[in-house]
Amino acid sequence: MLTLTCPCCNIACDETELHPGGQAHVSRAGPDSGDDAFEQYLFLRKNPRGVHFERWRHAMGCGKWFHAARCTVTLEVFGTYSAQTLEPPQDILDAIAARRPDWQGFA
Amino acid sequence: MSDPVTPLNGASFQGFVTVTETAPQGMITLRGDLAAAALRDAVLAVAGADLPDMGRIVINGSRGCAWMSPDEALLLLPRADVPDALAQLATALEGSHHLAVDVSDARAMFRLEGAGLRDVLAKLTPADVSPAGLAPFTLRRSRLAQVAAAFWLTDQQAAHVICFRSVAQYVFDLLSTSARKGSEPELFDS
Ligand SMILES: [Zn+2]
Repeated sequence: MLTLTCPCCNIACDETELHPGGQAHVSRAGPDSGDDAFEQYLFLRKNPRGVHFERWRHAMGCGKWFHAARCTVTLEVFGTYSAQTLEPPQDILDAIAARRPDWQGFA
Repeated sequence: MSDPVTPLNGASFQGFVTVTETAPQGMITLRGDLAAAALRDAVLAVAGADLPDMGRIVINGSRGCAWMSPDEALLLLPRADVPDALAQLATALEGSHHLAVDVSDARAMFRLEGAGLRDVLAKLTPADVSPAGLAPFTLRRSRLAQVAAAFWLTDQQAAHVICFRSVAQYVFDLLSTSARKGSEPELFDS
C-alpha cells in the first residue's frame, strides 16, 4: 500500500484517496517548438527502475495537487512537496541522495 | 421560500451504532485567503467561532466552522440564517478575491451514535480512525467506500458525516450495513 502525506493538508493519504497525475516537472513545448520537442512533451516519459517524481491530486480530500518523490522498485517514499515548483526542492534531493548514493540526479 | 427537505427525510437505522440523517443544516462554502484578517473576522461573525487550524472543526452551539483546504472553509449555521449570512459575507469581503456559496442543498449529513462508531467508519474508509488518528473535532476528509465524505467526532460516542446529496442513499446504506448488529470487528478499545 502506498501512503503519501499531502503537503497541503498534512493528511497521510492512502493511494485510493489520491488521483495520479503522471510524471512531474514536464515543461510544455509551445507552438514554436518542432515536432520532436512536442512529441517529447506529449508522449515521452522517463521510466527508470527507481527514483520517480510524480504529480498526485488529493482528490478525496483537500483537492490540491502536490508532488511526490518515490522509488518504484521498493515503494519507498522520499518525500512530498508543493506543486508550485519547477524542480524538486533541495531537501527532497538530499533525502534521495542519502538513501540512493548512486543516483544520477534529477535531469 | 420552500421548506428545506433533506434527501432521506430523516432516515435512521438502529444497529450496534445508530445512524440518523440529521435535520436540515445550513452550510456555506467559503473560499479565499484564509490568512486575511477580513476573512477571519467574517468567519467569526457568521460561524460564531474562529477559523480552526488545519484539519480541525470548531462547533459553537448551532454554528461552526471546518478547515477544508488551504483556501476553503465550511461554515455551519442554522438553515434559515444562510441568506443573511451570505449577504454579510458579501459585504465584509467586498473587493477581495473570494467565493461564498450556499451548499446546504448540495449535501447530506448523518449522525453516528454509539461506542462502536470507529468500527463503523473503519470498515468503509482508509483513513486512520483510531483514537490517536481521529481525536474529537479533527475533521477528516476521505472516502466512504466509493464516494468522498468528511467526518468528525464530537466525543467518543458521537460522530457526524457529510457527503454529497446525490449519494445520500448510498452513504446511508453503507453506514447502516457497516453498523449491523453482530458485525462488530471491535478494532478499538473505547
Ligand atoms: Zn490534501
